[in-house]
Amino acid sequence: MDPFKAFADWLIYTVFGYEAGTHAGDALNFFVYDVIKIFFLLMAMIFLVSYIRTYITPERARKFLGDRTGIQYNLMAAMVGVVTPFCSCSSVPIFIGFVGAGVPLGVTFSFLITSPMVNEAAVAVLGGSIGWVATAVYVISGILIGTFGGYIIGKLKLEHLVEDFVYKTFIGEGMDPETMAWQERRDWAWGETMDIVKKVWPYIIIGVGVGALFHGYAPEGIMADYAGKDNLFAVPIAVGLGVPLYSNVMGLIPIAESLIGKGLPVGTALAFLMSVTALSLPELIILKKVLKPKLIMIFVAIVTIGIIITGYMFNMIL
Amino acid sequence: MKIEVLGSGCAKCKTLENNVREAVKELAIEVEIVKVDDFAEIAKRGVMMTPALVVDGKVLFSGKVPDIDKLKRMLI
Repeated sequence: MDPFKAFADWLIYTVFGYEAGTHAGDALNFFVYDVIKIFFLLMAMIFLVSYIRTYITPERARKFLGDRTGIQYNLMAAMVGVVTPFCSCSSVPIFIGFVGAGVPLGVTFSFLITSPMVNEAAVAVLGGSIGWVATAVYVISGILIGTFGGYIIGKLKLEHLVEDFVYKTFIGEGMDPETMAWQERRDWAWGETMDIVKKVWPYIIIGVGVGALFHGYAPEGIMADYAGKDNLFAVPIAVGLGVPLYSNVMGLIPIAESLIGKGLPVGTALAFLMSVTALSLPELIILKKVLKPKLIMIFVAIVTIGIIITGYMFNMIL
Repeated sequence: MKIEVLGSGCAKCKTLENNVREAVKELAIEVEIVKVDDFAEIAKRGVMMTPALVVDGKVLFSGKVPDIDKLKRMLI
């Protein structure tokens, strides 16, 4: 048996004496179980990926991608996007750094699409709540949407829709590749872990709390009745709801988990979470500094369509 | 000595700027501290991860925020 589950059962049913199967008992059990499991996975995952990350800087990624075109480079750029750090404040410097140094626009977009969608924190929380099959689906879809989305943008020849200064900027050398001792890598990874956990923990607690209430008190199958697989509008509506929601994706994942428990199809839930991470208003506003509005619209349209297709596809097979 | 703090207004960039100012104060050295927040200017220095620190035209580090003690050791 799962040790986290054993602990939650022991604490709620034995120590606190709640009865299994009651609303309050189920809600509290869900809360304790999710919180400890998610935080354990979150810290382990961020530490591991941050450690790996000390080897993969954007400078190395850029050198590795070079100026080559072809769908295999879109795929590679999307995979690089998985392991490089991403916050909306570094999307523009990376964009200029890539395109200005000759990485093709389409390949850069593959990176730009996948990077915010698939990150270690989201993966840990997804794995800890919704489960590893759905997490694998999420990661693979994120990489494929980036690969094909970037490939299409490359084929459309939209270079003229990038602000001119990007091409005119002389890209400096940056710094010499860092040689770090393993202790330095470890300290850096630990610092990152603490940084991210400090930032996301309130969202996770609130998200799990709301999810737990829903889990304990909402009628069985309520989501299946309103947003089941036969409701064809559910996926596009879920995606539309996801765009304005941004910083709270960590909190939304446990809520999505409880919605799935009440009958929301997994594909619809994943499509919603993808649109929250992939398309965010603050990022689009920052991108306006380097992209003309038309290209931003094309980018949003391609990603939205990709996510909607993914949602339908997984509702059919999962 | 000229220190440039590169960053476009994210929370970490402000922390780095404050740490640098504090480190310089504690070291009591004569330096000029400049905040660079224009993306093109940041790219010109070859930096893709902010915040970053440039000292006399050379990128010292990017994408991290060392504490005041570490900064003092770097700046001596």
